[in-house]
Amino acid sequence: MPEVQIMTGNAAAAQAAVLCDVQVVAAYPITPQSQLAEILSQYIEGGKLKAEYVRVEGEHSALTVCISASTVGARVFTATSANGLLYMHEQLHWAAGSRLPIVMCCVNRGVGAPWTIFNDQQDSVSQRDTGWIQIYCRNNQEILDTIIQAYRIAEAVYCPVMVAYDGFVLSHTMMPVEIPDAASVREFLPPYRPHTVVSPEDPRTLNAVLFPWRRANAQGVVCDGYMEMRHKLQAALERALDVIRETNDLYAARFGRDCGGLVWEYRMEDAEVVLTAMGSLASEATVAADLLREEGIRAGVAGIRVFRPFPADDVRRVFRKAAAVCCFEKAISYGYEGALCTEIKGALYGTGVSFPIHNYICGLGGRDVKASELAQAVRESLTDMAAGRVRTRAMWLNCVTE
Amino acid sequence: MHEIIWHGRGGQGVVVAAHMLGEAAYLEGFKGVTATPTFGPERRGAPVAASTRISREPIRTFSQIDEADITVVLDETLLGVVDVLGRQKKGGLVIINSTHPPEALPVGGEYDLAVVDAAAIALKNHLVREGAPVVNTPMLGAFAKASGLVSLENIERALKAKLSREQVDRNFTAVLGAYEKTILRRRT
Repeated sequence: MPEVQIMTGNAAAAQAAVLCDVQVVAAYPITPQSQLAEILSQYIEGGKLKAEYVRVEGEHSALTVCISASTVGARVFTATSANGLLYMHEQLHWAAGSRLPIVMCCVNRGVGAPWTIFNDQQDSVSQRDTGWIQIYCRNNQEILDTIIQAYRIAEAVYCPVMVAYDGFVLSHTMMPVEIPDAASVREFLPPYRPHTVVSPEDPRTLNAVLFPWRRANAQGVVCDGYMEMRHKLQAALERALDVIRETNDLYAARFGRDCGGLVWEYRMEDAEVVLTAMGSLASEATVAADLLREEGIRAGVAGIRVFRPFPADDVRRVFRKAAAVCCFEKAISYGYEGALCTEIKGALYGTGVSFPIHNYICGLGGRDVKASELAQAVRESLTDMAAGRVRTRAMWLNCVTE
Repeated sequence: MHEIIWHGRGGQGVVVAAHMLGEAAYLEGFKGVTATPTFGPERRGAPVAASTRISREPIRTFSQIDEADITVVLDETLLGVVDVLGRQKKGGLVIINSTHPPEALPVGGEYDLAVVDAAAIALKNHLVREGAPVVNTPMLGAFAKASGLVSLENIERALKAKLSREQVDRNFTAVLGAYEKTILRRRT
């Protein structure tokens, strides 16, 4: 029977790892992920989770252990934050290029310098191009549900999945989480059956140097060159869009909770102004939409759940009736604008829409973001749009910019 | 939605109190509860805060609380250190662990004020940790009495989910003691 517990986001993630029967965990503690690494090591030490916890001296090694364990056929889990994720950067590419179904939580935190331990999403967003699937969570229930889905997605398309949730805002906030029973999760997520297992009985060389061209191997079979291998990663990520949607639907049918597939919608039926964001910020935006609707402004929220692969078709469908868009982000592509805003504009290119899209950078380094502030930003955007004032740059919300 | 801020000193258990209240409120039938520490590092003895949100509907906001509906103060010496009332709505409820009567506390008549000597109740029940009385659980009793939002029965159930049986007995006796001894002064 499912039971509800009041728990932190980190505790929910640990519960999910147990339900997924992960076999190897390697993680290096970093705030605000530390609690998750601690809980998992306790579970493994106490026998609640029958897995091997590999202690490592840093995040680069943590992911290297996961890559190795996944290569020999284990279901593996890790988690990190901020500079720990950046320290993994090389191995992020390696994991994706090796097509390993690793699941990792990124407990979102701002990156140094200057040093911060507090929340934003610069860490995961800056790893956009590593070939990992990225899924953002609205609340602690979604953290648990998404991790379970993530293994099924990863093992279907052989791509690693990063489950991102906001540090402190979710990782350290307790709220009700329904824990599904283990047997139902095992039916939904059968044991991992890798297509290739490297073992002493079947030694292989993996990821040897490939040449720019295709080339015959020792048996005379023409094999992929680097470019063909890389195209297969891209094709798998494109295929993942359907897999993520189907997995979400299957999970919803089985467990009664719909995480929203690729892009979730809130009060969008007749929305003129669309607020969009990722993670807990998108949840806050739903409260802002309520505030705006109380004043007669038809506001709705399109929450971007999946950032990679980018759900361009869903964005086109969901945003098609909008008259204005405000895109709120806890990250920025320095020197331009928020990466999500760029993606949304790109997805809408060629669809004939001409509504203004305003970009707001907010909540960097843990600065609190309130629904009332999001609502006020939308009001100011609407005033500017009505007056025909064009904004070419991202606005910095609640920040001294003189 | 009811927004509650807990003030205490590092080690007094404001986070546990915020959590236990969330548990009890959930059992009470509130579908939305969140319990949050002050984000960031915490230090023993330094002023710390935690918060609880309680709502009939699932909670979608995770921003920090500007102004509480209810403020609970575990250590009255904080009143001179932290601007406790600066984060409390006028007309709301302030609950203080104090040896003093309500009229001796610097809380104006625009607030409902509840006072209980939680330290004495803790000591009477041998609730001592590292030489200091454990005041967080008795303050849950004061909260139940002054706010009426959660029942004693559900506080006991919340304690049972987290503590050993022997700990539940002592802590719940303290909860009951605080419930009985809480003095409530209504706002004027």
